[in-house]
Amino acid sequence: MNASAWQMLLEGAWTTVWISGVSIALGVTAGLILALIRIARIPVVDQILVLYISLARATPLVTLALFIFLSAPTFGLNLDRNVAGILALTLNTTAFNAEIWRSAFRNFSREQREAAMAAGMTPWVTFRRIMLPQMMITSLPGLINEMSFLIKGSPAIAVIGIVDLTRVTNRISAVTYEPLPPILVACALYMAAIGCLVWLQRLAERRANRLAT
Amino acid sequence: MSNWEILWSARDQFWSGFLSTMEIFGLSVSAAFVIGCGMLYLLEGSRPRLTVPLRVFIDGMRMLPFLILAYLLYYGLPAFDIRLDAWWSGVGALAVYHGCYFAEIFRGARLTFPPGQVEAAKAHGFTKGKMFFRLILPQIVMQTRPLLGNQLIYALKDTAFLVIITVRELTAAANSLSGTYFIPTEAFIVVIGFYWAVSVVMEIIIKQCGRFSAKRGFDHV
Repeated sequence: MNASAWQMLLEGAWTTVWISGVSIALGVTAGLILALIRIARIPVVDQILVLYISLARATPLVTLALFIFLSAPTFGLNLDRNVAGILALTLNTTAFNAEIWRSAFRNFSREQREAAMAAGMTPWVTFRRIMLPQMMITSLPGLINEMSFLIKGSPAIAVIGIVDLTRVTNRISAVTYEPLPPILVACALYMAAIGCLVWLQRLAERRANRLAT
Repeated sequence: MSNWEILWSARDQFWSGFLSTMEIFGLSVSAAFVIGCGMLYLLEGSRPRLTVPLRVFIDGMRMLPFLILAYLLYYGLPAFDIRLDAWWSGVGALAVYHGCYFAEIFRGARLTFPPGQVEAAKAHGFTKGKMFFRLILPQIVMQTRPLLGNQLIYALKDTAFLVIITVRELTAAANSLSGTYFIPTEAFIVVIGFYWAVSVVMEIIIKQCGRFSAKRGFDHV
């Protein structure tokens, strides 16, 4: 492998990182919003969300990415590849994040909510000042776990022609005729990224446990 | 002809794609289950020289995306003069990858397994193999069934990755149909419906297993 191969690999890694990063940021926020809507139990909306979460958990990312990218033009939308990829990853991860946020909300201590109500806090102030800071800490391990799942699923966007860290190995081996070295380097890069997340998850778990005791 | 009628006339392609996906899924998940049990048995053994590399291997697999493992088998192995076709490298990669996840799930449950049972079995003169197959394995499998069910759904979703290494399966069928007739929306809605149906059925089966294991008293040990 020469210098240009290394450069291509790093570019692929960068594509994976930024697309995953954007999807994670969007997915965590959208998950929180969906969880709040589900907790409000609005009749029809609630059933639709249950259906969406069930569907999104069962749909493979590859199929979702192809679906979004190929069917958007028939609705008159012209999606960029990257936007379609981000949309697919976000739709997938949002469903999982919504469940994580919702379980954090449901396991929140009743005493604290009652205390906040007794102190005259409105529901919104209670949520913002009391619940959200603690929910963030308790659900962080789960959210980070879901982030590592998203990175493991991110090669799916290669199917719509985004050159990510997995796809770039094909490009390199098309020049060098040696597919093994770039794949091994890509393995190492993925391991480094996901290893970092696993380490962060352990830290977050320790913090969450300290809060629980 | 409306788009749905076109799809209905092409139902054979969907069906063969679905059967092919289920074939890959069934075969690789069964192999993964056996691999997971085998790894648990090896971790059980009092051979620390084997335990450490095995745990490194399991943790390493859990840090890789599935597709890169399939790439490794499909594009990487020919460097060692081992040529697998796309189908076999896909099934092999799925089996090894999810076998490691199964092993990790089993290992987690084994850590909380009551040691009194193992001691009682030893006192009754069970050999290691018999103790493993009659006492440890059934209880661990029944205890971890919700996690196993989740992992099965992940395995089903991972079969779709194989379209990238040119395996003919369900997603590939939708892709080729939408290419031929330019009806991507309907084709993919049908395929997503297939995946959804399979995972709903799996969830129901896991729930039924829960009823069985509650009856047999697996849950309160």
